[in-house]
Amino acid sequence: MTATQPAPAGAAAGQGPILEVRDLHVHFGARRGKGPTARAVDGVDLQVRPGEIVALAGESGCGKTSLARAILGLVEPTRGQVLYRGEPIGRGTAALKPYRREVQLVLQDPTGALNPRQSVYESVAEGLRIHGVKGDEETLVADALARSGLRPPRRFFLAYPHELSGGQRQRVVIAGALALEPSMLVADEPVSSLDASVRGEILALLLGLVRDLGLSILVVTHDLGLAWNIADRLAVMYLGRIVEQGPTEAVLANPRHPYTRALLSVVPEVHHLEAQILSGEPPDPTRVPGGCRFHPRCPALASGAAAAAGVDGRCRSEPVPILRAVAEQHAACFLTDESVKKEGAGDRVGR
Amino acid sequence: MALLEVRDLTVSYPSRAGAVPAVRGVDLTLDPGQTLGLAGESGCGKSTMAAAVLRLLPPGTKTSGTVLLEGEDVLTMRPGRLRAVRWTEAAIVFQGAMHALNPVRRVGDQIAEAIHLHDKVGDKQTTAQVGELLEQVGLPARRAASYPHELSGGQRQRVMIAMALACLPRLLIADEPTTALDVMVQAQVLALLEELRRELGLALLLITHDLSVLAATCERIAVMYAGRIVEEGPAAQVFEAPAHPYTTALAGAFPTIGDRASRRNPHGLGGDPPDPRDLPGGCEFHPRCPVSVAACPTLDVQLWPAGDGRRAACVHVRDGNLDLVRQATPVPIGEDAPVHPGAGP
Amino acid sequence: MTQPATEILPPSLPPQLSPRAIVRARRRQAAARAWREYRRSPEGMVGLGILVVFVAVAVFVPLFIPASELDVTKATGAPFSPPSAEFPLGTDESGRSVLALTLWGARVSLLVGFLATVISVVIGSVVGITAGHFGRWTDSLLMRVTDWFLVIPFLPLAIVLATVLGPSLANIAFVIGITSWPGTARIVRAQALAVTSRPYIERARALGAGDWHLISRHILPNTVPLIFANTVLIVAVAILSETTLAFLGLGDPLRVSWGSMLDSAFTHGAASIGAWWYLVAPGVCILLVVLAFTMVGQALEGVLNPRLRGR
Repeated sequence: MTATQPAPAGAAAGQGPILEVRDLHVHFGARRGKGPTARAVDGVDLQVRPGEIVALAGESGCGKTSLARAILGLVEPTRGQVLYRGEPIGRGTAALKPYRREVQLVLQDPTGALNPRQSVYESVAEGLRIHGVKGDEETLVADALARSGLRPPRRFFLAYPHELSGGQRQRVVIAGALALEPSMLVADEPVSSLDASVRGEILALLLGLVRDLGLSILVVTHDLGLAWNIADRLAVMYLGRIVEQGPTEAVLANPRHPYTRALLSVVPEVHHLEAQILSGEPPDPTRVPGGCRFHPRCPALASGAAAAAGVDGRCRSEPVPILRAVAEQHAACFLTDESVKKEGAGDRVGR
Repeated sequence: MALLEVRDLTVSYPSRAGAVPAVRGVDLTLDPGQTLGLAGESGCGKSTMAAAVLRLLPPGTKTSGTVLLEGEDVLTMRPGRLRAVRWTEAAIVFQGAMHALNPVRRVGDQIAEAIHLHDKVGDKQTTAQVGELLEQVGLPARRAASYPHELSGGQRQRVMIAMALACLPRLLIADEPTTALDVMVQAQVLALLEELRRELGLALLLITHDLSVLAATCERIAVMYAGRIVEEGPAAQVFEAPAHPYTTALAGAFPTIGDRASRRNPHGLGGDPPDPRDLPGGCEFHPRCPVSVAACPTLDVQLWPAGDGRRAACVHVRDGNLDLVRQATPVPIGEDAPVHPGAGP
Repeated sequence: MTQPATEILPPSLPPQLSPRAIVRARRRQAAARAWREYRRSPEGMVGLGILVVFVAVAVFVPLFIPASELDVTKATGAPFSPPSAEFPLGTDESGRSVLALTLWGARVSLLVGFLATVISVVIGSVVGITAGHFGRWTDSLLMRVTDWFLVIPFLPLAIVLATVLGPSLANIAFVIGITSWPGTARIVRAQALAVTSRPYIERARALGAGDWHLISRHILPNTVPLIFANTVLIVAVAILSETTLAFLGLGDPLRVSWGSMLDSAFTHGAASIGAWWYLVAPGVCILLVVLAFTMVGQALEGVLNPRLRGR
């Protein structure tokens, strides 16, 4: 009964990333151009390799949701590119349509994500109809439902969302995404509105999809435990930037960025780190602190560790460069990351 | 004398199809200054139980049993006495409390309202008290002049706690106080509750579905399922060595980071928590239970002893097969995963 | 250790029919349920009954009261004679049967009312859905236009338009429709705004849906119940408006409507003469019809509201 799955082969196969985000910025202007802009995503590099599950973790307001939506083309980036299989994705509904067949969305709340007036069949068939997919619609819908674990699929055709359990509803949403045979899924908090005992089945389903269909998945979540459960790589966001990224086990066993460390330390039942409760809350994206954006709350700075290493001046005044999307564990911190220390200002610092 | 003693509490809601039992024969005890965690998911009746302690249930609800608060039965109190007792002896911080603030009144006024309902206190003294309460929950006193929308989620939750403490109760019931809050804010709120408990000698009844939170904050844990308590005992033991398969599932739902057994191996159950209107017979957990046996659908379940100070409502406990109960339930990954694990061996 | 799955499956209909046919069957079931729910409201049934009677009368009146009775030149009764066996509701100033006038008047009043409502609801819904769904500039622009129409006092505008366009039934219906759509637009816009921000719209967009698909497949089905309930109330208002305009002499002079009857009654001094029947007949009819529509509208809201809330 201790069947831990091995890491999927595709991740290390040396193929190019299936999805790449370069220098992405998503800024929301205030009404009528007055007032400060909210820098929801403020310079992000991210890669998802084929057959890989990447977790994008962070608290509310860190920009992970805006990043996910920019990746899906639901929000237009202010700057930067989203590249799918090396090609930039288009802008506008028509240009994005072919892209949308390949990259699908799984939303947080399965109850809200399904039109209560539509039967399961119609919800799953919707994508097929929008794209005019050829073939027997009934068979395609049945296949999608079966692949997301709803069997026998025909029994579910006529059900309405309110007749299903929470887990089943989320499976229907996933089936709707799978019907288009995508190569990648973007899942925004896929289990946070489900009951605790039901989380497992959906997470197992996602793992199964990677194993059986070779999907790549980007999971947006606030729950580091979820990353531990299913993710190959983990990227932690704070105030619009990725502050640390790397293989999940490396990041969670030995976090390098003080924010990751603090975040991990307060998860109940984490014993390998001493609990560090940060005071206050992350600042508003309209008022990003200068220098390292985490420095006002950084325990390493407050405790003098940064001063001892001689970097406290940089922490307060020098913006940290955008973290590059490489395979090894990296943190955007002058104190803990050698490469970042050396890079310094000037090289893709972003503003 | 126990601060809170609940005996055989049963609460039913009226509905067109008959009475719907939300709480079915629950016993609980809480001593002064103790912390008790109540774990369970949607529909298990934990919020109903919390509301029942202060008789805050909607009209039409049928309640039976006794709820002794400092020796007095809340369920049979006269309305006048009940109003006096509410908030001064026990106070509740409700689920979704962040939305329970009146958006058009300043938070200071709303806290003051709680004070005024119980004491004839002058304005100056009220302001001072409100300021003290806010400081106690970690907010600067000048925040009393803010409107709810000017505060963040975590700050609003602190205001709700301040409001609950306004009349210096001896028991604080917190119903899902940290759901919908970020992990860091959650840690802040839990640390605050712990600090208040030490400073004021509060007894705390903490209700949530996250068993790991309870294990880290409470002395004892009780697990509820389908309106009944299915396991009860010291927190660390219940979490690390559960005596009921549901507790095992709940404990496994939020994995311990660093534990290889849960790496790429999510644990969970199929199906949903049962609908109180349509409960399975016998042990209500049997349709989802990975270790159910032939006797379960018809078994008359009670809380059997499961060790020192522990009880659990599982046939395997009765028969002395505790290790069966502790088998973790990883959900199979792959196409032939059963949608809902069923009954029978 | 693992057990065979006892599947917890939703109730379903026989799988022999195609999913589309069964969806239609489901819709019929839902409609039947709504009807049963509606039947439970006594005021709804009373209102519906009244309306059915009036509509039946309006449709079938040529069968039992010939149009010739409306001809002033062929009037046989004495002017302003009180109700009698021959003229159950008395006569008007030209000696015509008030009963005939009232029943024929129903046709005009109801027709104009319905026509005006259709115009009003169509414009209002299109504006509302467009504004609510597209938002931003489109919304601001459309809402300014709506506000403009809302602010202009109905009666002076109606009088001006009616005078300019000339007195005919179509014009009256047009005038009423043009001036009453803002109310519908606001309500529909609010609902469209609410629906557009729901997660399943975002999901549909992520699936690749364009605006037309979103509007026709998601927004419209979720706003139609609201529009329907609102429509019923608009008809009542439209009939009252027609009455008002006809009363002011702006209606078609060749057609009898309840409003024109009231106009004639006042012009010819029915009140001072004491010919109460001439005023009461159309007045009571207007009252009953408007009341009936209001009761039906309320009952409909009761039926549709729990589902509207849930959506």
